[in-house]
Amino acid sequence: MRSADDWLALLQTVPDPEIPVLNVVEMGIVRGVDTTDSAVDVRITPTYMGCPAMDAIADDIRATLSPLAKEESKELRVELVYAPAWTTDWLSEEAKAKLEAYGIAPPGKTTDKRALSGDAPSVRCPKCKSNATELVSLFGSTACKAHYRCNDCAEPFDHFKCI
Amino acid sequence: MNARFEYLLRLGDDALILGQQLGLWTGHGPVLEEDIALTNIGLDQIGQARAWLTLAGKAEGAGRDEDKLAYFRDQSGFRNALLCERPNGHFGDTIVRQFLFDAYAVCLHAALSGSSDAEMAAIARKSAKESAYHLRHSRAWMVRLGDGTEESHSKVQQSLNDLLPYAGDLFHSDAVTEQAAGEGWGADPAAFRPAWDTAVDEMCAEACLTRPESVPEQVGGREGRHTEQLSFLLAEMQVLPRTYPDAQW
Repeated sequence: MRSADDWLALLQTVPDPEIPVLNVVEMGIVRGVDTTDSAVDVRITPTYMGCPAMDAIADDIRATLSPLAKEESKELRVELVYAPAWTTDWLSEEAKAKLEAYGIAPPGKTTDKRALSGDAPSVRCPKCKSNATELVSLFGSTACKAHYRCNDCAEPFDHFKCI
Repeated sequence: MNARFEYLLRLGDDALILGQQLGLWTGHGPVLEEDIALTNIGLDQIGQARAWLTLAGKAEGAGRDEDKLAYFRDQSGFRNALLCERPNGHFGDTIVRQFLFDAYAVCLHAALSGSSDAEMAAIARKSAKESAYHLRHSRAWMVRLGDGTEESHSKVQQSLNDLLPYAGDLFHSDAVTEQAAGEGWGADPAAFRPAWDTAVDEMCAEACLTRPESVPEQVGGREGRHTEQLSFLLAEMQVLPRTYPDAQW
């Protein structure tokens, strides 16, 4: 019989479908796992309300965990929860380093309220590490990213919105 | 009357109709970045709509889910404010509609974050982050267009004159909002109208726009009395599920 921690470890093998360099636990999408005699309950939360990847993420979790749950004669249940609201503060320093290495500028801290009020703090280019970058658009390739450009190396890149 | 159901329909329908309209910009934005921005905002609205309509279906207790509510109600069953169904028009029209709505949504989500209903508060707190981001974008465009060229200024001023009369519907108070606020699970929008008015005035000052005085307000959306535009919008949005009910793919 696997413990809740064992199930959580298995969830760390499920990549985020849009940002495969991070798994769904590192992304902060998995909010908890409970196991009983008859079921394994996984709670997930969306990064954005309309994130179209949520169904794919739930499917990926089921595909990975269902066969193992069946071995223990348990039902796998994936539940969508909205509270507490997802925040980029849940990304660990290690996860942020992986994002940068992947070419996505990681978010700063949400305690820096400039993120929402308009005066964007400087964002470091993930390629050449220059801080001479500029915002191209508040909205990028997915709901959770904004679009930037580096004025030194000319690289266009995504920046994880800080929420 | 099921006030909770009615109230949740208003929240869900505002987001659904606005989200559907923003989706129509796909492939038609003036520049690629705006194409992506408008549809990203639309996606957030649809996400919020799904959450509110799912709750509405539960409150009704008749077994209708988000899809049944979105696709199998007729025009008179929709409770969105008239502003949300105003046509996309040109880019300036869409931006003005979005700004007027975003400024309202920021106030609404802040108020609902303190809802006595845990599920409503959770959705509102989540949505509040998104509406703040949307407002930052639509407000920046109001300033850029209003304080831009002579042509952009005159166009967006006209959009503001045209759309402001429909914004009053957002603040419609009646027995539903009275019960919602009285019981602590919802909010009476009249309570945050002054904050919205201030947000509009401050934007106008910064964007060199003139807020029209004594606007005749159009209301009716909260009671299912809509403009012609909504029927065309619903026809396009609903045709597929109505033609093939219960289809799966």
